[in-house]
Amino acid sequence: MIRFENVTKVHDPRAKPALDSVSVEIEGGEFVFLVGASGSGKSTFLKMIYREDVATSGSVYVAGHNVSTLTSWRVPKLRRKIGVVFQDFRILPQKNVYQNVAFAMQVIGASRARTKERVTDVLAMVGLEGMEKRMQHELSGGEQQRVAIARAVVNQPDILLADEPTGNLDPTTSEEITEVLKKINANGTTVVMATHDDDIVDRMRRRVIELSRGKVMRDEAKATYTSLIPKVTPATGTTGEAQA
Amino acid sequence: MRPMFIFGEIVNGLRRNLSMFISVVLVTFVSLTFVGAAGMLQMQINQMKGYWYDKVQVAIFLCSPGSTTANCSSGPVTKEQQDNLRKLLDSDAVRQYVNDYQFESQQEAYAHFKEQFANSPIVDSVTPDQLPSSFRVNLKDPQKYQIISESFSSQPGVESVIDQRQILEKLFSAMNTASIVAIGIAAIMIVCAALLIATTIRLSAFMRRKETAIMRLVGASKAVIQLPFILEGVLAAVVGALLASGAIWAISHFFLTGYLADQYKQTAFISDAQTLWLVPALIALGAVIAGVSSLFTLRKPLNA
Ligand SMILES: Nc1ncnc2c1ncn2[C@@H]1O[C@H](COP(=O)(O)OP(=O)(O)O)[C@@H](O)[C@H]1O
Ligand SMILES: [Mg+2]
Repeated sequence: MIRFENVTKVHDPRAKPALDSVSVEIEGGEFVFLVGASGSGKSTFLKMIYREDVATSGSVYVAGHNVSTLTSWRVPKLRRKIGVVFQDFRILPQKNVYQNVAFAMQVIGASRARTKERVTDVLAMVGLEGMEKRMQHELSGGEQQRVAIARAVVNQPDILLADEPTGNLDPTTSEEITEVLKKINANGTTVVMATHDDDIVDRMRRRVIELSRGKVMRDEAKATYTSLIPKVTPATGTTGEAQA
Repeated sequence: MRPMFIFGEIVNGLRRNLSMFISVVLVTFVSLTFVGAAGMLQMQINQMKGYWYDKVQVAIFLCSPGSTTANCSSGPVTKEQQDNLRKLLDSDAVRQYVNDYQFESQQEAYAHFKEQFANSPIVDSVTPDQLPSSFRVNLKDPQKYQIISESFSSQPGVESVIDQRQILEKLFSAMNTASIVAIGIAAIMIVCAALLIATTIRLSAFMRRKETAIMRLVGASKAVIQLPFILEGVLAAVVGALLASGAIWAISHFFLTGYLADQYKQTAFISDAQTLWLVPALIALGAVIAGVSSLFTLRKPLNA
């Protein structure tokens, strides 16, 4: 579904590359955590996939297409296959919940009837039924992120990218949001989630790709936030019982 | 693409950006009114040329009791002098240039004068013997005026030879200058309008940067993202063009056909119907200005 071949991204030639010879393959239907310190290249990794950024060298394949060589007028077609959510929600403040989600369908020309049907379904799926008329200031952070997720999946994308979606949320709400993403993944959507949240990663036990200074440090199935293999686990780890 | 959705986005944009919309409307209104006025002047020039050129004549004015030129120092024209002039007009040398000619007596000149200035108090202060009698000569080729002038101006009993066409040419060139000035003002105003439209689009793109960012993120095509901005500019310009059309129609209806045509019954003025031909041209011009200006603006990404 997503394949990186020796991808390097240089923003500033004087600094170290944001991504440094990254080669990774993600299958359709996977749930992948992308972890690493701030500045390690997680956002850049995701941007390569929805072509917000283009690789300096190497190739990125998404659903069989080489995204690196995509002409700009084909980008909208790629984006329709990918949903993206962010830490800061990006809800449109002058539209209500329903309109925010419907907007994503209207701008790609969906019919009114189809839009109504899909938006109603998706709002129920993310747990927002009955809140259609609420405005942004009437929603909690968790509810706003649910709106953003609904908007990202309303066009039934193959891939959902989440860039630190729980970064602004308390632990309980973060948990709930992760459950929503899990549900979406269970329906067959590939989910890639960049995160700092070790609790969530440790509890979910999914594939973890760790970046450090733009390089892939670790790529493990059913893993935890901090690698259990090479390091001596300090006494602080609540998940320390999982010794290999 | 959903027209109602795009229309709704435009209305939303206009509501948020109403003062800019109004300024674009007003600037295009004023600039296109100048364009329209220049167009009307040109139409009027053509109208008058068509009307007058086959009617204008060379007038050989004869000495009257009030004449003061040196050639008339011996007093008003005599019967004998008149007969000599007629002979000269009938001579082979002159005939080859002349279609026909008529004699206009002082009484006839007075009658014409009264007719032309029917609404003016000047009529009451003029008497027939103040107006000169004249020969009215129609030339085969109006350009050959010089030959008539040379042959007749120094003949005894002739006060002056006047080419009416030259008087008209002066009027036409004054009108032409006025229309060039109007076009010049219009050109400056059109540049203002284009720049203002560009600024408006940039401002409204900035105010809607969140929407356009989401649109690009979910895969809206470039056309859907840009169309509301382009249509907003075009709509403002077309409203301006409609106001300008209203203005030139009002000038035509109330000033030209309503006032001037009444005052100068001899002159052929363009009609309201002719003026209306300018309306589609003004609307098209407004739409093109806005369209070109917005396409130039949108060549840079909208998210800045
Ligand atoms: N547009 C940009 N211009 C210059 N440098 C950038 C840009 N985007 C990211 N970077 C740099 O690339 C590196 C990786 O950034 P990012 O992918 O945002 O990391 P993360 O999301 O893991 O925090 C950082 O050093 C950052 O400063
Ligand atoms: Mg980041």
